This record gives sequence, structure tokens and C-alpha cells, in this order.
Amino acid sequence: MTLAQWSFDLLLAGGLLWLGWQALFEKRRFSAVVHFMAFNLLMALVWVRLSAPDIALAEAAIGAGVTGALLLTALGRLPSGTSSGAHPHRWHPHWRYLAVISACISTAWLIAVVPQLPSPGLAGEIEAVMPATGVDHAVTAVLLNIRALDTLLEVAVMLAAVVLVWSLGPTLRPLPPATILPGLPALSRLLHPLFLLVPTYLLWRGTHAPGGAFPAGAVLGAGGVLMLLADEVGWMQRQHWQRLLRLLLVSGLALFVLVGLGGLLMTGTFLSIPLGVARLLIMAVEIAMALSIALMLMALYLYGEPGQ
Amino acid sequence: MTETLLNAAGHGLVLVGLLFFLAGSLGLLRFPDIYARLHALTKAHNLGLGLLCSGLALQASALSEAAKMMLVWLLVLIASGIGATLVASTANTCGIVPRQVSRRIRHKRPREPKE
Amino acid sequence: MSDYYATVAALLCGMAVIGLFRAHDLLHRILALNVLASAVFLLLVTLARTESGTDPVPHVMVLTGIVVAVSTTAAALALTIRAYERRRQREDER
Repeated sequence: MTLAQWSFDLLLAGGLLWLGWQALFEKRRFSAVVHFMAFNLLMALVWVRLSAPDIALAEAAIGAGVTGALLLTALGRLPSGTSSGAHPHRWHPHWRYLAVISACISTAWLIAVVPQLPSPGLAGEIEAVMPATGVDHAVTAVLLNIRALDTLLEVAVMLAAVVLVWSLGPTLRPLPPATILPGLPALSRLLHPLFLLVPTYLLWRGTHAPGGAFPAGAVLGAGGVLMLLADEVGWMQRQHWQRLLRLLLVSGLALFVLVGLGGLLMTGTFLSIPLGVARLLIMAVEIAMALSIALMLMALYLYGEPGQ
Repeated sequence: MTETLLNAAGHGLVLVGLLFFLAGSLGLLRFPDIYARLHALTKAHNLGLGLLCSGLALQASALSEAAKMMLVWLLVLIASGIGATLVASTANTCGIVPRQVSRRIRHKRPREPKE
Repeated sequence: MSDYYATVAALLCGMAVIGLFRAHDLLHRILALNVLASAVFLLLVTLARTESGTDPVPHVMVLTGIVVAVSTTAAALALTIRAYERRRQREDER
């Protein structure tokens, strides 16, 4: 490792720790949220350094983009200032000291044992079954073929979150920004083609290189949140679009379950895909998943059920 | 020969770009109000990024790589230009008044009379 | 390099846990949970890097984890907003 890489890593880690500290222990909410967003951007750089570009893309679009938008919108809704009595049940100081000390001790212990932790070491096994998965990129293969059940359940968790958020009441109004900002529609109009082009490219790339449904869905969802901010998706609020909206939201999960059931019929195992149709089916599931992940991110951002 | 020249030019451009970044960051820390800070950020940093990207593009191995570098610059230009406008107009709506030039200087250069 | 980032992840974990139970504010708690999630993701990916090559399974877990983290954050934030609004309504009625 060269000196330049070393110093870059040092700077990156220092910045990460400082931003994390600020996000955790800054009293003012706005400042904490902004530091957290910057923290996520640096995390994306760390993923690049650790040669995980697909995680970096998802982190940049979701961690810094969508989570930041969610937090800032929530911030506008919460009463200003540090909350008094928001959390009535406070611990006795002794317990808090004890907790902090024990957390410090376990952190020190974790740092000590981290270099000796065994690595999962499944790379060889994955390499061996790669030809039977129908795709050439290991992450996509694990995501949609080898450990497809995890991904299926993850989409279900996301849908459950949407159901929870929508069950709490109608969409918060007015949608932010409350003031009229002329630049925002212009920005989203300029970026619309790119927000379609980049996810398509990522989806296509996913079969043979870093990319795939998650980064594509994340980028598309971030673009969708930008459109929501610019107030350009009126159809999500209209009554007669509601049925279609719900259908689109569940489309990823539904197609995934259908593919799983098809696998059950053809091979006798749920979610096992025959090699002949694997590439095609994985591509179809990926497209549906990217679309529904993007739509679910937008649905979460609404903070309530639209069309009420 | 051309390779070396291109590399040297690329390094030079990156260095100059870094200087602009330094100036912009200094402005962000030292300027008095939000509008001046935005000015420092958008102008100095976008120019710095442009120089940085062209420097990297000169050292790129393929034309497509160089084109991607320039695309990065273009996208950041669009985003930061509109983003800065948004921040400034929000600040204006929130009632943050731009810091005025002190009276003495204004006397020296009186406004031109309206026609 | 993996060891180096693993140490950073461990430090972040400790900071996030302390921040989690020092926070009185619900928004700060959500932030602390998110930082904790990032730290755990970092730990997972650093563990996946070995001399023989990168293990894709932890990568996939982190990818799904990021999406799950944003869903839970959104749900928690929605609950927080509703809780504050409910309390404000109750105070107005009084």
C-alpha cells in the first residue's frame, strides 16, 4: 500500500469518526441530521475503498439521498428546539454511567478481537456453483438465485414498512417545500432522462458486473423523491390511480413469489430456478424489484396514505 | 512523448484544481454570510472540480473514461447551480438579509441615476 | 487495510451504542440506530475481505440491510411525527 493510499484511508476514517461523533452527540437536531448525511456520503467512499461499488451506489442514493430527505422532512414536522419531556422515562445517572462504562469496555474488547474474527469464507462455494446460476456476477447470483429467500423477505419487510407508514393517516400536507422554489422543477426536469438512463444501465450491468436491482432501485427512488419534492407526481395523490399504485407497489414481491412457485412446480424446491430460463427470469424479477423498490421509497417519503 | 506530456498536463490541472478547492473551502469558513459562502462554494469549487476532472480525463486510458469524467463535471454543475439557487431563495424567504456593503464605500461609488 | 477499517467499525459501534442510550430525543435515537447499522455493515464487509478473494454473501446481506435500514428509519420517523402531532393536539385541547 502506498503512502497516498494510507493517508487517504487515514483522512477518510478520521472524517468518518468525527462526523459520526457529531451526528450522535450534537444537541441541535438540524446539525446532527446534516452531519449524518455527510457521514453517509463518506461511507459511500469507504465502500469504494473496500471494493464494493454496488454497496457504494446504494449507500450514496439511499443513505445520503433518501434517508437525508426523510430526516429533513421529519425535522420540519417536529417542534423546534431540543425536545423537553419527549422522553419522560429517564434513567438514574448511576445506571447511565454504568452503561457508558460497559459500552466502552465492550468496544475495547471488540477492537481487540476484530482482527481475529473468522471470515465467512463462502467465496469458494459460490465460485463453484456460479455456472448454474445463469448470471456472471457473484453478488447478483447470491441476491436473486442462491439466497433469493433473503431478498424476497427483504422486499416483504419494505412493503410492511410502507403499510405501517400508510396506516398511520393521510399524507402530511403541505408536502415540503412549503415555499415555492422555481429551481426545483427545472432541476428535476433536467435530470429526468438521467434518472431513467442510469437505473436502466445499472440493471443491464447487473448480470455481469456490479449493479443490479438494488442500486438501480435506489437511484430511481432517489429521483422519485426529487420529483415528489418538486411536486411533479400528482397522480400518486389522485383517487383513481390508487389501485394501480398499490398493484405497482406489490409487483416486485408478487413476481418474486410467482417465480418461486414456478420453481417449486418445475424443480420441487421453492425459489430454485432452472438454468435454462434463469437469466430471463432473474432479469424480469430484477426489473420488477427495481421498480417497486423505487416506488416504495417514494411511498415511504409521503409519510401517509395518499388519495385521502 | 505525448503520453508524458499529457500526464504532466493532467497533474498540473489537478494541482491547480486543488488550489481552487482550497480557496473555496477557505471562503466557506471565512465569509460573513450565507450568500457569500454559497458564492465561494459554487464558483471556486465548480471551477476546481472542472480542472480536476479535465486533469483526470487527460490521464484516462480510453475516450469513454474521459467522457465520463466530463459528465461528472456537467452533472455537478447542474446540481450545484440549482441547489445554490434553492438555498439562496429559501434563505431569502426565511428573511435572511444579505450583508450590505458599508456606507463609506457606497458613498465613493454612488448609484447611477435612473433614467 | 481490512483490519484498519474493522477497527474503525468497532469504534463506530461503541460510539453509536453510547449515543443510543444517551439520547433523550427520539430523532437522535433514530440517528444513532442508523450509525450503528452503518458500523455493523462496515464490520461485515471488512470481514468478507480475505486474501483469497471477496466473499459475496456479506455484500448481499449489506445491500439488503441498507434497504431494510431505510424502511425502518422511515417507519420510525413516521411514528415519531404522529406521536408529536398527537401530543400537540392533546395539549391544544387542554
